[in-house]
Amino acid sequence: MTPCRLAALTLTLLLAGAASAHAERLIVSVSNHRVTVTPNYSGEELVLFGSVEKDAQTPASRTAAAYDLVVTVRGPRADMVTRRKERKFGIWINTDSRQFLKVPGYLALFANRPFDAMAASEVQRRQQLGLNNVLLTQRVGPDYADVVPNDAFRSAFVRLQSQHGLYREDTSAVTFLTPTLFRTGIPLPAAVPIGTYEVEIKLLADGTLVTKTETAFEIVKVGFEQFVATSARQNGFVYGLVTAAMALMTGWMASIVFRRD
Amino acid sequence: MQIYLPIADIPVNIFLLLAMGAAVGFVSGMFGIGGGFLMTPLLIFVGITPAVAVASVSSHIAASSFSGALSYWRRRAIDPSLALVLMIGGTLGTALGVATFTLLRSLGQLDLMIALSYVVLLTSVGGVMFWEGLRAIMRARQGAAATVRRPGSHVWIHGLPLKMRFKRSKIYVSVIPVIGIGILIGFLGAVMGIGGGFILVPLLIYLLRVPTSTVIGTSMVLTLATMMIATMLHAMSNHLVDAVLALILMVGGVTGAQFGARAGQMIRGEQLRLLLGLLILAVGIRFAIELVIRPEDLFTIRETGGSQ
Repeated sequence: MTPCRLAALTLTLLLAGAASAHAERLIVSVSNHRVTVTPNYSGEELVLFGSVEKDAQTPASRTAAAYDLVVTVRGPRADMVTRRKERKFGIWINTDSRQFLKVPGYLALFANRPFDAMAASEVQRRQQLGLNNVLLTQRVGPDYADVVPNDAFRSAFVRLQSQHGLYREDTSAVTFLTPTLFRTGIPLPAAVPIGTYEVEIKLLADGTLVTKTETAFEIVKVGFEQFVATSARQNGFVYGLVTAAMALMTGWMASIVFRRD
Repeated sequence: MQIYLPIADIPVNIFLLLAMGAAVGFVSGMFGIGGGFLMTPLLIFVGITPAVAVASVSSHIAASSFSGALSYWRRRAIDPSLALVLMIGGTLGTALGVATFTLLRSLGQLDLMIALSYVVLLTSVGGVMFWEGLRAIMRARQGAAATVRRPGSHVWIHGLPLKMRFKRSKIYVSVIPVIGIGILIGFLGAVMGIGGGFILVPLLIYLLRVPTSTVIGTSMVLTLATMMIATMLHAMSNHLVDAVLALILMVGGVTGAQFGARAGQMIRGEQLRLLLGLLILAVGIRFAIELVIRPEDLFTIRETGGSQ
């Protein structure tokens, strides 16, 4: 989808939602809607551009400087398990574990200034602003719930994901080029999960949500990578046969090439 | 040059993998072993998950043991009937091993089991080998002829029923211990991502009295068979075999093995055993240390599916 068509689509969507009397509109676009993972892929950075469009309903008191933007990028969801090691019988083994259900494999929150400066903690929680406020559902026994941000398993999960560059929070990443035109980079690490990424852009003013919009991009394996990954998953038997045959061929070739008698 | 591994889902340096393959291949050619016990830990070390490492190394070992087996075949240094009986056990053991691997993975204890089995197996086998080699060298230093210890020709194993004659090896032995050894090697290979040559060869020599002329060739045939089956089963049940990774390792491995074999011929037998024992012991101790010291991070994350 070209950025132009996407912008048009976003516009249509927003016009449809105009009945809710939003005084501002957000128009956004990502620099690349289809990131391809090729043999030499080693991470990439996308750029998100957008502009805040005011209209007649915009309160005159609202100056451009009052706008706050939060961009949330969520990668494909998966179930994850976080395990904790404990010392037992003199060795460190996995004992306790928690399962995180349908959590994003990639999660990034970008803003133009610290969340605390933007809105009250109640609003932050409701709008899921910041890694501490994003909903990460855990299975705790028979219950499904998100727990307090300082829960040991939750914070370990977020910390480990952040170490791999998969979870990130940057409250100075969004920059306003003009009072209404903004941009932010979306860094994608090398070990990025394959799939569809949702991008949600929230516009806040005076500590409340004014409007929001969404866009998306996808990360796909193409060509050979795609072929190998799908055949391994879907035709395990044939894939195994081919790999085994490849092993025999390599071994046989080596015995010919290096034959000494 | 970075290359993206389609199953392991991480980019790695292709030259690093080739070098690792060549280094392990060199060692395996030198000592006449598969080298899985070195390759699997190395892959884990560069960031490939233990599960993918174990599954992919199996095809790498299949390649190197096939090239070895071919040259032993030309020298008629393989006992086909012994290899066949070993293979029956090996097939059973491998199937059992892959099933255990799948179960442990779902329980979240796979990494621990891999580490524990490495510690137990490598420190014991490496220790014994090191000790034997050391004693042989001491004896040679003292001037005594390094006689190969040949204890009583009849142990309990020779009292077992279902005896069979293995012509080329010139032994007459029950098939029960032969199948048993096959099962053990197949099982260990599938769970630990090792060919098991370094255990198999001593077992064949000391337990079954297989002569040195056929022991390595025959053990390579068993390794080949179990590793082929392990590749197939890992590919079918766990979808974890990374063919790209395996191919790079194979190419490096078979090349390194040729130079290793030449180097091995320049070193005396007991010194070779001492060196191999040391190497195996060192890998075992490294795993032991990792289990005992407090890990840098007590938490780990693992994806459990549900991805869409």
